Amino acid sequence: MEKITLTIDGEETVAKKGATVLEAAKEAGVYIPTLCNQSSLSPFGACRLCIVQIEKMRGFPSSCTTPATNGMVVHTNTTRIQELRRGLLEMILSEHPYFCAICERRERCEAFSPGIQKTSMVVGCHTCPKKGICELQKVVEYIGLNNMSLTYHPRELPILRDSPFIDRDYNLCILCGRCVRVCHESIGVSAIAFTYRGSKALVGTAFGHSLQDSGCQFCGACVDACPSGSLIERAAKWKGEYDQLIPTTCPYCGIGCQLNLEIKNNKIDASAPSEDGVNQGLACVKGRFAIKEPIYHPSRLKSPLIKRNEKVETATWEETTNLIADKLTNYKSDQFALICSDTCTNEDYYIAQKFARVVMKSNNIDHKSSRLSHSPSLFSLIQSFGSPGMTNSISEIGNAACILLIGSNTSSDNPIIRANIIKAVNKGAKLIIINPRRINLCHFSSSWLQPLPGSDVALLMGMMQVIVDENLADLSFIEERCENFGEFKEALRNFTPDFIEKVSGIDWKQVVEIARTYARQKPGVIIYGTGITQHFHGTNNVLALCNLAMLTGNLGNPSSGIYPLEGENNAHGACDMGAVAEFYPDYQPVNTEAGKAKYEKIWECTLNSEPGMTFSDIFNTEANPQIKALYLIGNPIFNHPLPDKLRNWLQELELLIVQDCFPSEISQLAHVVLPTSSFAEKDGTFTSAERKVQRVRKAIRTIGDSKPDWQIICQIAEKMGAKGFHFDNPSQIMEEITTAIPNYSGISYERLENGGLQWPCPNSNHQGTSILYPDNFANGKGKFTALKYQPSTELPDNNYPLILITEYSLYHLYTEVLTSKVRDLEMLGPKKIVEINPNDVTKLGINDGDLVKVSSRRGELNVRAKVTEVVAPGIVSMNLHIAESLINPIIDPISKTPEFKVCAVKIEKTSLENKCINL
Amino acid sequence: MSGKLAEILNIHKWEKGTLIFILQKVQRELGYISEEAISEIAKRARISISEVFGVASFYSQFHFTPRGKHTVKVCLGTSCHVQGGPRILEAVERELGIKAGETTKDYKFNLETVACFGCCALSPVIVVDKTVYSRMTTKRVKEILRLYQ
Repeated sequence: MEKITLTIDGEETVAKKGATVLEAAKEAGVYIPTLCNQSSLSPFGACRLCIVQIEKMRGFPSSCTTPATNGMVVHTNTTRIQELRRGLLEMILSEHPYFCAICERRERCEAFSPGIQKTSMVVGCHTCPKKGICELQKVVEYIGLNNMSLTYHPRELPILRDSPFIDRDYNLCILCGRCVRVCHESIGVSAIAFTYRGSKALVGTAFGHSLQDSGCQFCGACVDACPSGSLIERAAKWKGEYDQLIPTTCPYCGIGCQLNLEIKNNKIDASAPSEDGVNQGLACVKGRFAIKEPIYHPSRLKSPLIKRNEKVETATWEETTNLIADKLTNYKSDQFALICSDTCTNEDYYIAQKFARVVMKSNNIDHKSSRLSHSPSLFSLIQSFGSPGMTNSISEIGNAACILLIGSNTSSDNPIIRANIIKAVNKGAKLIIINPRRINLCHFSSSWLQPLPGSDVALLMGMMQVIVDENLADLSFIEERCENFGEFKEALRNFTPDFIEKVSGIDWKQVVEIARTYARQKPGVIIYGTGITQHFHGTNNVLALCNLAMLTGNLGNPSSGIYPLEGENNAHGACDMGAVAEFYPDYQPVNTEAGKAKYEKIWECTLNSEPGMTFSDIFNTEANPQIKALYLIGNPIFNHPLPDKLRNWLQELELLIVQDCFPSEISQLAHVVLPTSSFAEKDGTFTSAERKVQRVRKAIRTIGDSKPDWQIICQIAEKMGAKGFHFDNPSQIMEEITTAIPNYSGISYERLENGGLQWPCPNSNHQGTSILYPDNFANGKGKFTALKYQPSTELPDNNYPLILITEYSLYHLYTEVLTSKVRDLEMLGPKKIVEINPNDVTKLGINDGDLVKVSSRRGELNVRAKVTEVVAPGIVSMNLHIAESLINPIIDPISKTPEFKVCAVKIEKTSLENKCINL
Repeated sequence: MSGKLAEILNIHKWEKGTLIFILQKVQRELGYISEEAISEIAKRARISISEVFGVASFYSQFHFTPRGKHTVKVCLGTSCHVQGGPRILEAVERELGIKAGETTKDYKFNLETVACFGCCALSPVIVVDKTVYSRMTTKRVKEILRLYQ
C-alpha cells in the first residue's frame, strides 16, 4: 500500500494513499468532530462539523470529503474553525432538543433525578433513549458549547411506533443521513430516503408508510448508525448504559456473525453486531432483535421432568440422570438413536456423538440441521475436492468480479451474504441469478434466469458445454490439478441445446450468455442455497457446481470458489464433530477399518462399524422398527402439528428423552424431559459456514435449573460407568477435540480469545486457512463427475398441473424453536398465502386475495392467493413452514435430504365462506 | 395497474437519469403521482419506492393527490403583499371553500400561493392556469372564478 506524508496540527503523520483528511487524522490520533461520517460508508459532507483549514487551499473544506495528499498541512483546531463549528452546531441543535447536552448539572445527573424534559418525553439526560452513548454530547463537549444563541424549534412530530422492533422519533433527527446511506449502500434495501426539502426535509418512507410496508428487513443497521437517538430499538429504550459487553456468536444461521451482548444487572438488554466479525458491524433481524426474548421466555423449561403413570412431575438432576442411566443400559446398539438440533456447541455435538458411539455402541447419531438442508454439499464436496466446507471466506465475496447465485434467496436465508454481494455489485461485479422465483436481489443482477424447478443439472451442464466449446475452460488448471475430465466431457454431449431448452424452459442464447460471463469475469464465486440441495438429486446439483468451478479454474484463489450457505447455526460444526450417522469426527467413514481403529485408540474402546440410521431414516416411520429408545436434543421436528403417524410412533417408543430449552409437542410425549441452557448461558464454540471456529460465551447465569448439553450427557455417561466423560469445562473438551480432529489441532480457547480461526489449523502457530486448496485438493486431484439429468420425482400432470416451490422466510428459522418465541417476528412472519402468476389465475377464475385450496398428493391447505409475477406461469410458491403438509418427502438416496423444493399441486377456488376461516 | 399508466411506463427506456422525466410524464398524463405509479416506477427503475418518493417529493412540481382541473395561484410577493394580496387570498379561499394547497371536492380548482410572478407593476395579481389577472380586487374574484366553473 502506497503511503503519503502530511502534517496535521504541526505533527508529521503517515497515511494510506487514497485516505481522506479525516481518516488520516483519525489514524494519527487527532479528533475531528463529525456527525455524518461513518467509516463503512462513502463520504457525505452533510454536517460540516469536520471542516479544517488546509494551507494553500481556499476556505474551510470538510475533511471527510477531502482526499489527503502528500505534503498537505492541515489545521484542525484553530479559533476561526471552532467559531464556525460553534455556529454550525448551534444550527443543528436548533432543531434537536439540546438541553441535556448543555445542562450544567450534567455531571451530577443520576437516574430519575428531576431533569429537563427532552421533547415530549418524560426523560432526563440520564435516561436518554440513546443509552448515554450520544455523539452529539461528545461534539458539544469538544466544541465547548455552553449556551445557545438560537432558540429551539421543536418539530412536534408524533413518535412513530407502527413498525416492529424500532421506534422512530424524528424530533431528534439531525438529518445526518447515516441511516439512509447505510440502508442504501450497505444493505441495498433503501427502505428509507430523504423526503421533501428545505425546512420540511425529513427522513421517511414513501407516503409515510410503516417500515414493513416499505421493504424494510429490520436489520437494525440504521438504529446502530443513528448518532442522535431518533431510531431506537424499542425493547432496549431507556435502559441506560450497560455494565458489560460480552462478545459471542449468533445462534441463528450458519454465517457466524459476531454479536456483543449488552449486559446490565446480569440481564441481557440488547445484542449489537460487532465490527470485528464476518458481519462487519451488520446483523440481520434475528441477530439484532431476536436474541433476548427467547432466552427470557416464560415457557423456558426450568427443571427436569419425569413422566410417572401419565403424570409429569418435576425431579432433581440426580434422580433423573439415575433413571436415564438405568434405563438406557437396556437399549444399546441398534435400539438407540440420538438426534441433535439447534444451538448445540461443537463441544455438545462431540460429547453427544461420543456418548452414542462409545457408551451406546450405536452409530444412530445424527443432527437435523444438515440432514434437512446441506447434506448434499457434504457428500459432493468430499467427492469432488476431498473435503467439505466453503472453499473461501465470506469477506472475499466483496471483491469477486462475477457472482453466480443459484437456488438461494439470500435476503431471507443469509442477509449478511447479501450485504457482501451488494458490496461486490457496487464495485462493478456481474451478478448472475438463477432462481425460479424473482428474488429481490434481481434488482442488482446483470442477468436473471428463471428455469423450471429441478432443472439445475441440465442448465449447468449446458453452461459447461458452452465453456468447453468456446475454449473458455482453464485447461492448464484442469490438466495440472483435476482428473476424470475426459469422461465428464463425453457426458456433456448428452446435453444438446434443444434438450436444455425443453427441460429448463430457458432460451439457449441466455445460457450461452451467462456461461461466457462466468467464464470470462474472473475471479468468480458460486453461491448456492437450499434451492440446489433440497432435491431428490441434490448431490448431483452440487457436483455440477463443483465441475463448473473446476472447469474455469475458479478455485484456490482469493474471491473465487464455492459457497454453500448453511441455513442453520453450527451445522458445519456438527458435521466436523461427527454428529452424523455416516462419519466419525474428521469425516472418517464409520464403515472403514482405518477410521474405526483410529477412534478406538483415541477413545479407548471398541466401536460398532455398522453405518447408522440417519435423521431421515429414523423419522420415516415405516422403516425404523428397531428403534426403542430415542434421545432428542432440541426439537428436530419440522411439522406442526405432528402428523398422526409420527405421533403414534413416538408414543410407542419405550424410552423418549427430550433435552430442550422449551416445551414442545414432542416434550409432552417424552418420558423424561431435561432442561438445557441457551447459548447465552454456556461457554463453547460454533463453527461457521466459512469453517471458522468462534467462541460462544456465557453471558448470564443459567435460567432455572438448566444445564449445558455436554454436562448433562457427561453426567449420564459417567453414571453408566463410562470412562472419558469427565470434563470440568468445555475447554477441556476442546483439548480432546484437537487430538481427535487434525484440522482442529491448532485451536484452543486461549487462541480463540483473539477472534475465530478457520480450519484447517494444524498447529498452534498456524493462523488458520482462509482459502482452501491453493496448490492441491485434499485428495490430491479434483475429480470431475460425469452427470446425467434426472427429472424431479413429482412432475405436473393433468390432476396436479402446477409445480409448488417452497422458500424460507427471513423471520423464521427452520423448526421455529427460537423465532416463534419473538412476538414481533411472529407478526412479520410468513403469511398463509400462495403466490401465483397472473396467467394461471385467469384459467382458474381466481382473483387476488381469494381463498383457495392448494392440494397435493399428500394433503391440502386453505390459503389466500396472491397474484404476482414473481413466479413464472405454471409455478406457485409458498413458504416452507406453511406448505409442510404438501411437500414431497422423498429423499436423495446419497445424502438423505428430502425434496422440499418441488412437488405437483392443484389449486381450486374454495366455496368456503371467507369469514369462516381466520387466516 | 391502470391501462393508461402501463401505456406511459411501457414506452420508456429505463436508464439512469430518466426518473424525473418519467415522473413528469406521469403527472402530465394522470394529473398526479399515485401510489401505484410510484411502486410501478420503482419496480421498473430497479430502485425502492422510498427512493422514488424521495425524489418526487423534493420537487414542488409533483403532487401526490389528484389535482383539480384549474390551478389558481395567488401571488404573495412583496409588491402584491403590500397591495393586499393576503386579502385576495382570503377572498379566493372563501369563494372556493378550501385553504391554500388544497383541491376542491369537485376537482375543479387547486389553490396555491406563489412568492412572485415577476409582474409587480400589475400587483396584486392572481394567475388561473396560464392567464394573469392584474390589479385584482376582492370583488373581481367571484366573477373571474365564474369563468372557469
